[in-house]
Amino acid sequence: MIQKQNIIIVKNLVKKFGIFVANDHLNFEVREGEIFGFLGANGAGKTTAMRIICGLSLPTSGEIKVAGFDIYKEREKIKRNIGYMSQKFSLYPNLTIRENINFFGGIYGLSRTEIKTRTTNLLEKLQFTHAANKLIREIPLGWMQKLAFSIAILHKPKIAFLDEPTGGVDPITRRQFWEMIYEAAEQGITIFVTTHYMDEAEYCDRVSIMVDGRIEALDSPAKLKEKYAAESMNDVFLKLARIQLHESV
Amino acid sequence: MKTIIYILQKEFIQVFRDKTMLPMIFFMPIIQLIVLVNAATFEMNSINLVVVDKDLSTSSRQLVNKFKGSEFYHLKESTFSLKDAEDQILHRKADAILHIHKGFEQDLITENNGKIQLLVNAINSTAAGLINAYTTMIISSYNNQVRAEMINMIQARPVKQIKVSTSFWYNPEMNYKTFMLPGILVILVTAIGMILTAINLVREKEMGTIEQINVTPIRKHHFLIGKLLPFWIIAIFELAFGLLIGKVLYQVPFVGSIPLLFLFASIYILVALGIGLLISTLANSQQQVMFIAFFFLIVFILMSGIFTPVESMPYWAQKVNVINPFSYFMKAIRMIMLKGSGFFDVLKEMLSLFVYAFIVLSLAVWRYRKVA
Repeated sequence: MIQKQNIIIVKNLVKKFGIFVANDHLNFEVREGEIFGFLGANGAGKTTAMRIICGLSLPTSGEIKVAGFDIYKEREKIKRNIGYMSQKFSLYPNLTIRENINFFGGIYGLSRTEIKTRTTNLLEKLQFTHAANKLIREIPLGWMQKLAFSIAILHKPKIAFLDEPTGGVDPITRRQFWEMIYEAAEQGITIFVTTHYMDEAEYCDRVSIMVDGRIEALDSPAKLKEKYAAESMNDVFLKLARIQLHESV
Repeated sequence: MKTIIYILQKEFIQVFRDKTMLPMIFFMPIIQLIVLVNAATFEMNSINLVVVDKDLSTSSRQLVNKFKGSEFYHLKESTFSLKDAEDQILHRKADAILHIHKGFEQDLITENNGKIQLLVNAINSTAAGLINAYTTMIISSYNNQVRAEMINMIQARPVKQIKVSTSFWYNPEMNYKTFMLPGILVILVTAIGMILTAINLVREKEMGTIEQINVTPIRKHHFLIGKLLPFWIIAIFELAFGLLIGKVLYQVPFVGSIPLLFLFASIYILVALGIGLLISTLANSQQQVMFIAFFFLIVFILMSGIFTPVESMPYWAQKVNVINPFSYFMKAIRMIMLKGSGFFDVLKEMLSLFVYAFIVLSLAVWRYRKVA
């Protein structure tokens, strides 16, 4: 095979909440090692689809394989191979940085010595060593996001799912955060990231754009810009959204 | 197994770092045991009695003196007008009226039959029942005395009487505190176990950390064991702490086996924790938890037999109590502490709770989903 293998395969994913269709027949693949941007406006159904792929929620119908495992039968095996950083901040605010690392390392089944060395490395890399015993609720949001990401990949998963990881942080921290994402990708971790910052879309290898529960476009940022004759991803997105608007009127 | 230790470690750090948790664990039992044990008593200490003595004879005075001599009665007033006396009850200044008709002594001697009227304020029917019982006891003791005297006058030798001597088993001094303390302890242990468990789990939902847990390969039962065990330990500690307070403050007797009580409690607490866990799967916020827990606690506590004996409840209510975990422990803790019941005496309750714990925990584990 010339091309890298597909690590996520989604076929005809449908998720309905009552009569509301959150995901309308999604079809896409994510290749091993790439940074896959999952874009869309608020409420387009990104988080819903991501939660299904992570095994947090069951689809109404569809065929999904993650890291070679089936979403219906092998959810626990999938969970062993993925890291997840949610939109809602998900470290324990009343535990210290060190205690959080220790706890998540522990439940992913790392050994004591592994946890110890990885904690030291992680703290050094983030330059948090001096603050290791600070409670999470006392540290700034930017730090929390970086830490949450580091903890999500602490157990060296095959895929890291990031749900709007840079929401609410300043541009410098966002830049640093993306450097961390690149670093993780270089180590071979596939990155699946949702965002509604279109400038961030430029950093991805490939992006899909969701509008109203459907995937309207999927390609590399360069090709998408070419196809829609747009200057930036922002324009691509606006054009797609506009088409939708016209259609619905 | 290793993951359970990590969860336990995390839970204990969080419990002891929580500023509201420690006061709840230590002050709640102290305050409940001091306030409730003293306050929740059925002993009537000062029954306000109004006497309407229209006879004014030796016999009627003797009878009134009997009441004066009793520590339970407070002779509020003597009046000749029944209307006045009724007003006293109406204005809640008196609890009961003793009405002695004119000619009471005469009737007693000539017809061997004196009539007395007792009027009781029965807004609180329990209190009224007690007043009635106390008063009847005093009057009948007076009656015996009168009969004995009259017969002696005629026969000039002592009459044979049947004397009832009462001894109260298991609580010889009829000490209400001895009865209440175990009951309050049951409530305490249950409330702590049930509410803390439910709140703890719902807090993870509120913070969103539960998502982070659900996306890990952690086994459901490992997670739940790690979540329940800390509160099981806290509840057991609470029981020990409460018993110690009972011993120090009230010298409550402990006739039975302490290990047996703790064995029983350890199964009972599983039920309380299981209900807490079940509540947490039904609720999405701490307010909802409190509301549901409040409902359960009120119904269960009032039906548990803490104040009123389960045996005197209507038949259907006794049947409903099958699902009331309080009633099992309430019965058993009093049996063990006050009566000295052994293992086989409480075995039936213990097995019932065991089945209960199994059902409620299975239900809760089944309801708890890692996937929505």
